[in-house]
Amino acid sequence: MNSHAIIAIYKYEMARAFRTIGQSIASPVISTALYFVVFGSAIGSRITEIDGVSYGAFIVPGLIMLSLLTQSIANASFGIFFPKFTGTIYEILSAPISPLEIVLGYVGAATTKSLILGIIILATAALFVPLEIKHPFIMLFFMTLTALTFSLFGFIIGVWATGFEKLQIIPLLVITPLVFLGGTFYSINMLPPFWQTVTLFNPVVYLISGFRWSFYEIADVDIAFSLAMISLTLAIFLAIVWWIFRSGYQLKT
Amino acid sequence: MKKMIQIENLSKVYGGGFKALNNINLTIKEGEIFALLGPNGAGKTTLISAICGIVNPTSGTVTVNGHDIIKDYRETRALIGLVPQELTTDAFESVWSTVSFSRGLFGKAPDPAHIEKVLKDLSLWDKKDNMLMTLSGGMKRRVLIAKALSHEPQILFLDEPTAGVDVELRKDMWQMVRELRANGVTIILTTHYIEEAEEMADRIGVINNGEIILVEEKSELMQKLGKKELYLELQETHDQLPDNLNEFDLELIEEGTRLKYTYDTQSERTGITTMLNAVSECGIKFKDLNTKQSSLEEIFVELVKKNHE
Repeated sequence: MNSHAIIAIYKYEMARAFRTIGQSIASPVISTALYFVVFGSAIGSRITEIDGVSYGAFIVPGLIMLSLLTQSIANASFGIFFPKFTGTIYEILSAPISPLEIVLGYVGAATTKSLILGIIILATAALFVPLEIKHPFIMLFFMTLTALTFSLFGFIIGVWATGFEKLQIIPLLVITPLVFLGGTFYSINMLPPFWQTVTLFNPVVYLISGFRWSFYEIADVDIAFSLAMISLTLAIFLAIVWWIFRSGYQLKT
Repeated sequence: MKKMIQIENLSKVYGGGFKALNNINLTIKEGEIFALLGPNGAGKTTLISAICGIVNPTSGTVTVNGHDIIKDYRETRALIGLVPQELTTDAFESVWSTVSFSRGLFGKAPDPAHIEKVLKDLSLWDKKDNMLMTLSGGMKRRVLIAKALSHEPQILFLDEPTAGVDVELRKDMWQMVRELRANGVTIILTTHYIEEAEEMADRIGVINNGEIILVEEKSELMQKLGKKELYLELQETHDQLPDNLNEFDLELIEEGTRLKYTYDTQSERTGITTMLNAVSECGIKFKDLNTKQSSLEEIFVELVKKNHE
């Protein structure tokens, strides 16, 4: 294994995040803080508890997931798209490095950045609402699995995208609606039965539900089922990445 | 001499059906400087890209130092440094970090002393902390060379290395290439500047329409295909040549003050004596004469023209 190459890509990507710290860290933290102010404090104060948890605390796992998903995708997609855009991808393609090592470098860095961000947002949330994490290790496990899965998805988007517009289109038109409709701000039990069934086709529901369970032991779907669903999503993304490198899709002619 | 790169029946057909490489067979010897010449779109960059792993070949095989480029890609790629034609650099990285990144990418442990040497050799040391976007085109070209040399390759591909660089930098690069060759590095360069190939190459290959149309030792190529010109400095100006000189390949040039005679160095008889006697018989007197070997550029143009026909 070319460990020097993995480290080189990882360090390069991490350095990029620290160089653009405002965009990488400050911006999502400010957005999340605004959600807490608007939904948690202003609107939340008029909403009763959900399953025994205050509304402000209830939305914390969903908001962390919102940032985790969007930032994992943004970091990983930009990480691989930018060398394609500037032409420096030639160096990656001509290096003695396997597809797995390329993915470990880029996706590993994107996952790390998202995890750091998730922990910062968690700390920010603690400033607004009293937090209780009943299963901290499961919470961290869910966070890591989610960051990894959606960093892989971001990598796929970055390879697929041929311009900045395409790079943005999936996060804006698919991911954000899925997160908002996945139970970030409400329990799916609050929906009419028909929409509860429809919502179960949204994979983000399982992420948020499982993650929320690690905090408060309340969940819309069974924790084991949540775990299975996210593992399935991870497997699908891994298969797509494998196919990308096997075929050279959008990377090699 | 050991074969460093062996290309057999290599073809590349792009998605739209365009055949960029057509059954290429070529051997590059260890430690030589091989110049690949060809017009735009001839297939030079595609050939390099296929060897380096950037382009998937449609058919054929390539071995580097005895290793197959597909099966043993780790071994082959670790041996190769590539300087691309385009100035593709990360705008926001520093010179030091981008060169160090390349070394790691090619599987080498960090070695600040080597990076320092490469940067100093390429006159980049005082720019090591500069962001790439602040560098001139010539400096960026040096950075690309530094990146390619960061992992101490045994083979260096230079794809149009001196395109758009000034004369001073071009000469610096030629010097650097000679030093690399002296250290045993095999160098393959593509160029539009024939003088570059003429100046540096040991062997020359000409590619056109995706086919290698010729591979020769540079000196042999010049000798074999080179035409020579004999110039006669005339004592008096002439408006036109007498009819009985029509049988010779003679041309009155420079407002009738010089006569140019073109002959083939390879033919059994150059015809010089007969031509000079004929000129003398016509009463044309000359005060001086000199000869000139045709340049590689002229040879190249001739070859490509023939290939088109």
